[in-house]
Amino acid sequence: MAGRTLYDKLWDSHLVTQRDDGSALVYIDRHLLHEVTSPQAFEGLSLTGRTPWRLAANLATVDHNVPTENQSAGVSAIEDPTSRLQVQTLDENCDAFNVTQFKMGDPRAGIVHVIGPEQGATLPGMTVVCGDSHTATHGAFAALAHGIGTSEVEHVLATQCLVAKKMKNMRVTVTGPLGFSVTAKDVILAIIGQIGTAGGTGCAIEFAGEGIQSLSMEGRMTVCNMAIEAGARVGLIAVDCKTIDYVKDRPYSPSGTDWEKAVEAWTDLVSDSDAQFDHEVVIDGSVIEPQVSWGTNPEMVTGVSGHVPDPDVIDDPIRRGAFERALTYMGLKANQPIKSIRLDRVFIGSCTNSRIEDLREAAAVVDGKRVADSVIQAMVVPGSGLVKEQAEAEGLDVIFREAGFEWRDPGCSMCLAMNADRLGPGEHCASTSNRNFEGRQGTGGRTHLVSPVMAAAAAIAGHFVDVRDWL
Amino acid sequence: MQQFVKETGLVVPLDRSNIDTDQIIPKQYLKSIKRSGFGVNLFDDWRYMEPGEPGMDHAARPLNPDFVLNDPRYAGAGILLVRDNFGCGSSREHAPWAILEYGFKAVIAPSYADIFFNNSFKNGLLPVILAESEVDALFALATGANSVELTIDLQAQTVVGPNGFGASFDIDPFRKTCLLEGLDEIGLSLKDADAIRAYEAKRAADAPWLFRN
Repeated sequence: MAGRTLYDKLWDSHLVTQRDDGSALVYIDRHLLHEVTSPQAFEGLSLTGRTPWRLAANLATVDHNVPTENQSAGVSAIEDPTSRLQVQTLDENCDAFNVTQFKMGDPRAGIVHVIGPEQGATLPGMTVVCGDSHTATHGAFAALAHGIGTSEVEHVLATQCLVAKKMKNMRVTVTGPLGFSVTAKDVILAIIGQIGTAGGTGCAIEFAGEGIQSLSMEGRMTVCNMAIEAGARVGLIAVDCKTIDYVKDRPYSPSGTDWEKAVEAWTDLVSDSDAQFDHEVVIDGSVIEPQVSWGTNPEMVTGVSGHVPDPDVIDDPIRRGAFERALTYMGLKANQPIKSIRLDRVFIGSCTNSRIEDLREAAAVVDGKRVADSVIQAMVVPGSGLVKEQAEAEGLDVIFREAGFEWRDPGCSMCLAMNADRLGPGEHCASTSNRNFEGRQGTGGRTHLVSPVMAAAAAIAGHFVDVRDWL
Repeated sequence: MQQFVKETGLVVPLDRSNIDTDQIIPKQYLKSIKRSGFGVNLFDDWRYMEPGEPGMDHAARPLNPDFVLNDPRYAGAGILLVRDNFGCGSSREHAPWAILEYGFKAVIAPSYADIFFNNSFKNGLLPVILAESEVDALFALATGANSVELTIDLQAQTVVGPNGFGASFDIDPFRKTCLLEGLDEIGLSLKDADAIRAYEAKRAADAPWLFRN
């Protein structure tokens, strides 16, 4: 028998039934829920008189709508009545159906893709789904994890399964070693810049190679998080000792003899050496430099020493038109140096980059310095209440505040502007989030995707700089 | 779920690639806890002159005359024609809800993002995939002085239009059946309840830690 990829193994171990028409029923081990994509699913259950198939598989939190100030006041701290109603609706649904939920103000609450791994609710070998495209994050643990729509949220609640079709296998190998101060964020942005926003459509991407293995678990989560920005619902990284060390002793992790049995099973969660991939891409990690996005989708990205591209030299008329539109929206000129882009706001946070290592690295850059006067706002939003507590125990909050950053409560915050944190029209933002689409961070807002250290340095300088010159 | 059998409708050419779900239905409208009410905010940032917020009287907002959906030629259109990678980005099912509620029954594109593609089928919206050259030909037809009608026949898997335009498309047989019959997918899956229980029993023996909490 030919060798199997990691994705093949995860698929095989969760197959409930294979139907004649090519579709399959796949079992879901962990279902994460949040307030935005679940209300219509719970309503559907109520209308049909169905109940959750396996309650313990579900874990809910509130993240998209929550304000990042004064969370201890609870739901009443949400000023916008429609946001407040959505959060209250999740509270009520979780109470009515007995779903475990970390409510607003609970220190365990935070961004759904931060708290899953933090709690050990995400484990190697699991299938993990959530009504959120960045569920790919959890693939860093060799879990088969992907975003689903609201109809599927209801389907998983009712059946503990999804109707699915097997994806194709794709491997992106990043040869190493990575350069000094080149982060996981730079690696994934460089990958998307090369393969494009649809480069992984229809595929589960396994990230491999020294450039990936050298990353910490938090860095690996950053890489897998943005697989969807390359069109792949699933990002995966094989299990190694870093994976197992990270998972150990977390609240939902197995213990005792379960732990020993689990570790033994998890060591097989790697692609066999003779496994075949449908697509292979190899990227030289040693030449990746810190990345900055200049356009309106994540493939419109370049190195910090580069320039905004010139649409006139592009032959394909559709692509040229897209570049022209992007430059108009972004208020940038062709051939403008990336370092000449001035920033109005800086956002460090989101499910991509709000974990403790992200905050430590950013704090090291700003320690003893001051945010430039021209920057209206620089904010740091930890990914969870526990990340916030940890950062405060290490004094990172003091470093950020003394440098002129705002230190906030956890949530999705300015990544998607469903809450009070947002860009004004025309404002440029150095953002550690994952999407630079038009209006994503606020109507007319101009997003530049960067790593936490690049965002931190840009906040101090007031424009993009090569953070490697600072460290 | 809404059935889809055969639809004849005007086609609107929206000549952009990589249209993300944030553009299809901007985030401020996702705060709703309902499945309806999104049609008026489809392509909100492009469609209206000024930024919109939930609760506004959208009928009173000035329309952007340069946006193709607002062109009187395409009033009452039922088919949306777009470029590649349509529906990329966020997993929000509000995107197909908004497209359907606006009045579209089908989308035609050379390619779609996976999650949007999947979500469309769950709601009776047919995402047709045609070859790049066929999509080019449709853009040429649809951007002429007169709007054009197309007929999409799911049973036959064909798209037929004026000037002899005809194309066929592929579709997964399970999805085709669900659309043709408007089937309840959860009800179908629950017919396999015994298989799900059998899987759980075997899995719990092999990997008991997955069933502890």
